Amino acid sequence: MKISGAQAIIQCFKQEKVEVVFGYPGGAVLTLYDALYEANFPHILPRHEQGAVHAADGYARATGKVGVCIATSGPGATNLITGIATAYMDSIPLVAITGQVTVPLIGRDSFQEADITGITTPITKHNYLIKDINDLPRVFKEAFYIASTGRPGPVLIDIAKDVFAATIDFKYPTHVNLRGYKPIGEGDDQAIAYVYQELLQAEKPLFFIGGGINLSDTSTILRKIVSHTGIPVVSSLMGLGCIPYDDPRNFGMIGMHGTYAGNMATTETDLLIGLGVRFDDRVTSLVDDFAPKAKIVHFDIDPAEINKNVRAQIGVIGDLKWSLAKFYEMVRKRPADEWEKQVAPWREKLLSWKLARPLTYKSDSKKIMPQEIIETISNYTQGQAVIVTDVGQHQMWTAQYYHFQRPRTLLTSGGLGTMGYGLPAAIGAQVGLPDRQVICLSGDGGFMMNCQELMTVADLNLPIKIFIINNQCLGMVAQWQRKFYGGRYAHSCLKTKADFVKMAEAIGVAACRLESKTDMPHIINEVLKKDGPFLVDIRIPEEEDVLPMVPSGAPLDQMIMGG
Amino acid sequence: MKYTLAVLVENKPGVLTHISSLISRRAFIIESLTAGYTEETDMTRITMVVEAGDEYELQQVVNQLSKLIDVIKIIDLTGQDRIHRELALIKVKATPADRAEIVNIVEIFRAHIVDVNKETMIIELTGEESKIDAMCELLKDYGIKEIVRTGRVAISRAPISAKEM
Repeated sequence: MKISGAQAIIQCFKQEKVEVVFGYPGGAVLTLYDALYEANFPHILPRHEQGAVHAADGYARATGKVGVCIATSGPGATNLITGIATAYMDSIPLVAITGQVTVPLIGRDSFQEADITGITTPITKHNYLIKDINDLPRVFKEAFYIASTGRPGPVLIDIAKDVFAATIDFKYPTHVNLRGYKPIGEGDDQAIAYVYQELLQAEKPLFFIGGGINLSDTSTILRKIVSHTGIPVVSSLMGLGCIPYDDPRNFGMIGMHGTYAGNMATTETDLLIGLGVRFDDRVTSLVDDFAPKAKIVHFDIDPAEINKNVRAQIGVIGDLKWSLAKFYEMVRKRPADEWEKQVAPWREKLLSWKLARPLTYKSDSKKIMPQEIIETISNYTQGQAVIVTDVGQHQMWTAQYYHFQRPRTLLTSGGLGTMGYGLPAAIGAQVGLPDRQVICLSGDGGFMMNCQELMTVADLNLPIKIFIINNQCLGMVAQWQRKFYGGRYAHSCLKTKADFVKMAEAIGVAACRLESKTDMPHIINEVLKKDGPFLVDIRIPEEEDVLPMVPSGAPLDQMIMGG
Repeated sequence: MKYTLAVLVENKPGVLTHISSLISRRAFIIESLTAGYTEETDMTRITMVVEAGDEYELQQVVNQLSKLIDVIKIIDLTGQDRIHRELALIKVKATPADRAEIVNIVEIFRAHIVDVNKETMIIELTGEESKIDAMCELLKDYGIKEIVRTGRVAISRAPISAKEM
């Protein structure tokens, strides 16, 4: 039986077990929307296409499934770009579907035409333009496969409007045939054996974990390795939660705003074992002085990551599911007490650093400190909530002071650093995990960048709790201006007449302003217990810095300390 | 150092966009890039001459290109026993007085004259880049109006094809 291209896409969704799509209709996708309507397919309507793509991203990060978003041609498609780039930098599996003008109109600067495959080529894992309906089932099969396998990433499918209306005898392919794409699952066992040999020789071994642990869902096996060997662990922003915050072997985040113990350990280690990390410059700082005394071992699924930023003595290429399982088999054969004998003195050293210079801040009798807000939320949620952030100071305070216990609970734009990510991504997370507590921690800058999505939250009555850590400025920009630009606050001041509480209420989200320090704990506790969505605007001191801080261009052990 | 890569790709629309976009995004230095059909209808072969500081840099180029879905295989021909050639078409000023001398040069280089008119000649030359450079240098004295070069194509002398390597 022949069905339309639009109906075929619904069939593709069903075949790929897509539960929900995030999208915004428009001229070129009208036929597709008619089919969604006809099939009563679950669809979330944000108020901006950027909201749709970030929501699909948040959904993917929280659930591990492929996020799907839809936008129309031209401006609809270009509004996806920031979100696609965000997903690309953090290796998030997305399928973005855009409408395109009809085949005869392509290339003629037609109304709402944009060359979205050309535009997104550098920020997608792959992209397609479908001009012939016969290509449609194969392209969808390939797109979902590419997005979700190997190193995940966003795939864009641009579809000419006439393809939605054309008809096809629909048959979904059972497998893909891509000569140029063979993701590496199982790699070379020998490489892991070399790592094991190096590990036996090491006096100061250190695991450095990243977003790859989240993406590969290998937190459980990692915890087994760490608990058997006692080897200390440091993390990138994207790896937080993979090891519980309070695990005695966890020494927190490293890098520009990393912990003293973590950064010192990275400087002193003689064997740094990177697991699903990409040695971003926010972590390495001055790359030539990164882990200067260490042999570096790098486990990654993407061969291009090995030796990209730092030289690795051993690269273990393959899925962490495979490599960590093999590695665990090797380490568990050696009794725990032997490991303990080997690594205990080194871990004690880290502990002494941690105790000497813990994360700290100056408390104030009247003012609410941002770190206290995060700690309070962390306490009341016992580190179990799904935390979605924007980008800037509040993001770093969240990374430092929220006691993450579980993987996939910190949803944040690490690679691209996208302000405006938080609220729409929280929507996606809450849609994907309706029974979990989802909290959006935002700043007064980032929140405004996609504040239109409050409407989506209100209309769907999503129980997201939004906390605006409000310092009336672009905090991170102002911090740099304070430290490196002589305190000249060029356009970083956001002192405004606007009232977030009234704004939220006007849109239909209950809200309050929190100014009194004594009220803070119980108000936060009350808010977290509420059924529906709620927004809290919290004023914090304007000039609070995120510390420790490694100035850019300095090695990791040169930290400006706080407290 | 210069490296010669044979890049086998799917013969699909958008492949060259993906490749050129990747090269510019990753700031790779490409000296020449030439593409054409192969013994298989659905496969295009690109010969790429890459400037890289060391083996690590080259490995990045190969690894990043390999990530493109439409790239089937990349073969580094640099260290291999291989033949490489480039084709050049050179339009040179040729007054009746100079013609005989130019014909001489053309013969020495085993090139061909493919067109002549009252003022110019077009010379076709195939060879390694250095040979083309040398002939251009000699023809300069007569006045070169225009040069088109294809960039390098390369093939291994091994008894198997690149896709089997």
